[in-house]
Amino acid sequence: MNVRLYVLQRATALLMVPLILGHLAIIFYATRQGLTAADIFGRTKGSIGWAAYYAVFVIAASVHGAIGLRAILREWGGLTGRALDLAMWAFGLVLLVLGLRAVYAVVV
Amino acid sequence: MSAADTTEKPRDAAHGTIEVSIWRGRDEGRYETFRVPMRESQTVLDIVTHVQRHLDPTLAYRFACRVGVCGSCAMTVNGRPRWTCRTHVSKVVENGRIEIGPLANLPVIKDLAADMSPFFEKWQEAKGAFTPSKTREADIEPISPETRERKIIDAAIECINCGVCFAACDTVRWNEDYMGPAALNRAWTLVNDVRDAGNAARVHAVAQGGGCHACHTHQSCEQHCPVGLNPTASIAGLKRRTMQAFIRGELE
Repeated sequence: MNVRLYVLQRATALLMVPLILGHLAIIFYATRQGLTAADIFGRTKGSIGWAAYYAVFVIAASVHGAIGLRAILREWGGLTGRALDLAMWAFGLVLLVLGLRAVYAVVV
Repeated sequence: MSAADTTEKPRDAAHGTIEVSIWRGRDEGRYETFRVPMRESQTVLDIVTHVQRHLDPTLAYRFACRVGVCGSCAMTVNGRPRWTCRTHVSKVVENGRIEIGPLANLPVIKDLAADMSPFFEKWQEAKGAFTPSKTREADIEPISPETRERKIIDAAIECINCGVCFAACDTVRWNEDYMGPAALNRAWTLVNDVRDAGNAARVHAVAQGGGCHACHTHQSCEQHCPVGLNPTASIAGLKRRTMQAFIRGELE
């Protein structure tokens, strides 16, 4: 891991700490209040705030997870060079597409 | 009066024997068992020396000073890397047995002698050589022991290059590009040396893939360092320094 990946992974971790706490609070709130899917969509559809919250979360998680997986593949999987970076990008992009697709589904 | 008549045994008299398994061969090989007399204040290096002098002269191992200064005699003792000249047998023996192998994470030349080349090559990669900022004609620069930089250096400077941290490090085992604790610790002392002129290149070198950011902070280096250094703390210092340089755009 070079300094660029290190900084990106630390920065996304910092960014995700409040987002994760908020996400957990939202889960507890939604389940304890017994919100239905319709209630939740009523709040999220068309909401720029929720779209931004989860879009940032998905981007940060994709970057953070891909860099972490790269380290695991390097050290425990023996992958190096181009294959290693391709695996990182592929995993990050899959996370990003799946995550943004989910965000799109609940806000649009 | 003959020696047999004395009631007091000489200080180095044997009291029982110890079963010693010693690695024979190169990267492929096997452990061979010897029985060595146990003596008071015996070190692991004493055992190895006894085997070579009295039981098998073909045993290969490395040592020089015998007093914990030169860093030549590190081996794997009962699974842990140690400086054998300062490791008392009584402290490490388990059920009357002791297993001695070459240092891990390095190629084996023969038996207990590990090839230290990769260890010192990493030292070069981390720009571990002092880069003078003045000529030999200049006066010796006075460095106050009270300065912050000098105190940081003092905490990390007494490395004897024994390779124990390199052998103890998980990241070295998993990632052959990783420079390792000793080389990065050395880089950290030079980064804080106000006389050094090579820090742009040094900070750049340790910010690359095999540099300080590969460290997982497992702290095995600190746990095993025979002279009580904390390379993990030095590596953390390098992480901060390189991160600052990166954010300021000094690394591109």
